[in-house]
Amino acid sequence: MSLSPPLREEYEVQLQPFTQAELARDISLAQRIWQQAWVRKGVILLALALVWELAARWQNNDLLLPGFLQTAQAFIDGIATGELLGKVWISLTVLVKGYVIGIVLAFGLTTLAVSTQLGRDLLSTLTAMFNPLPAIALLPLSLLWFGLGENSLIFVLVHSVLWALALNTYAGFLGVSETQRMAGRNYGLRGLRFVWYILIPAALPSILAGLKIGWAFAWRTLIAAELVFGASSGKGGLGWYIFQNRNELYTDKVFAGLAAVILIGLLVENLLFNTFERLTIKRWGMQR
Amino acid sequence: MNAVLQGHTASAPSPAPGGQQGIPETLLTVENVSLEYRTPERVVRATHEVSFEVDRTDRFVLLGPSGCGKSTLLKAVAGFIKPTQGQIRLGGVTIDEPGPDRIVVFQEFDQLPAWKTVLENIMFPLLASRTLKRREAEERARHYLEKVGLSAFAQAYPHTLSGGMKARVAIARALAMQPKILLMDEPFAALDALTRRKMQEELLELWDEVRFTLLFVTHSIEEALVVGNRILLLSPHPGRVRAEINSHQYNLHSLGGADFQASAQRIHRLLFDEGQGPAEAPEVPFERLRIAY
Repeated sequence: MSLSPPLREEYEVQLQPFTQAELARDISLAQRIWQQAWVRKGVILLALALVWELAARWQNNDLLLPGFLQTAQAFIDGIATGELLGKVWISLTVLVKGYVIGIVLAFGLTTLAVSTQLGRDLLSTLTAMFNPLPAIALLPLSLLWFGLGENSLIFVLVHSVLWALALNTYAGFLGVSETQRMAGRNYGLRGLRFVWYILIPAALPSILAGLKIGWAFAWRTLIAAELVFGASSGKGGLGWYIFQNRNELYTDKVFAGLAAVILIGLLVENLLFNTFERLTIKRWGMQR
Repeated sequence: MNAVLQGHTASAPSPAPGGQQGIPETLLTVENVSLEYRTPERVVRATHEVSFEVDRTDRFVLLGPSGCGKSTLLKAVAGFIKPTQGQIRLGGVTIDEPGPDRIVVFQEFDQLPAWKTVLENIMFPLLASRTLKRREAEERARHYLEKVGLSAFAQAYPHTLSGGMKARVAIARALAMQPKILLMDEPFAALDALTRRKMQEELLELWDEVRFTLLFVTHSIEEALVVGNRILLLSPHPGRVRAEINSHQYNLHSLGGADFQASAQRIHRLLFDEGQGPAEAPEVPFERLRIAY
């Protein structure tokens, strides 16, 4: 006997309308709350604050490690007197100036890079040279060129934003599919209009990643730069606030200043960037 | 060489005196076109001295096995590739760059910008090429969206659509431009068999209604017979003209018929039998061909 499957009876089933169970079930309230990212992140933050407070109580030395509550008190005082807010404002205005100039230069450089061979070589050489160079290392030189003041800060900020953003944007442009490029050229788009209508939206995920990295780099560089040389004509930013309070051993105010740095980072990340992502690349299905 | 001349004369029954309002019947002339593409190591010849003519309202099909340069030929007509030899003229004007009078429908699903809704996608070429103002563009986009039966999805983003729906949007977008010639590069190759048949049917219905001129690239003999009214057969690597065949008598209903089968077999023989062809034509492995419907 050769190997073949056994022959079995055929059958048909008359299907009744499906009523045994509900087709769709609601998710329970607790699960729905837990699905919210901010709830989960809030729980993590609370846990961290608790650990911090316990560690401070156990260590019991305000000069070295003030607790969470003490820091919160100093923070609220700083806000109430307007001192902290003033410092934040000074830092942010400098930061935004440097950031925006960096973005404009990065787009100029990458647009040049996608249109000409020489521009490509220029971009890759410059990023290879300057991207590994810490922005803060340029500060002494910058002070020499631009003097004590905002301009030297802006110079190092531009340096910290420019290369990271240009690298990401260019990588994003290279990743735009041949089909989309051909479609764009098919409709008569070229030059800047091609970059604006096809390349930038198609490369938006990479560009956004570059903007985020650039923002973080710039923020870091600024605080560090303000720590090194703080004030010009009595107007220092957040870094200066931290540095000054450490000198006077107001450790809780130092922590409040650091908390302000962190809070602004979180706000920008979660409100600005996340909202922008939700309205663009997530809605378009380019990113999960 | 004489094959070139045959193909040339066969399609042009002399500039018809009955041509409407004195418009010449021939829309697209491809004359002795050789195309090459570069790899880092060598220059590869994709097509060699190909000539054909597409008349107004033709559904002209370029058919051949993979590697015969049919897609490259279509891209040359679109203006993306410059011929190394020969000329391509559209309505008497030599083509030297891409332009909105020749809209391409690609095979890939990502041909629709993901950041635009279906309606914006159809308006996009109209606005980008400055053909219409925003309001007229929207009106026309809605008109063609209705023609492909997707009015309900005007505000949807492409990533929420199925493959067949994306193909429909791409066709609507191309038709909305009202191009002189519509170029389709294996537009249904990435669809499943049932959807593909449905799309062919809808394309023919649209043609019946709008009477556009179509240049259609495919590697499926059946699709060529169904969609086209005239088929140019290209030999494999490098693409040279093997024959031009009429297929105006066939539609989706003739699929199983005896003369349809006979035509399909004739094309198959022309493409793959080296009986009369020059001996140096390279072997094409049969598995590389998709003739299944």
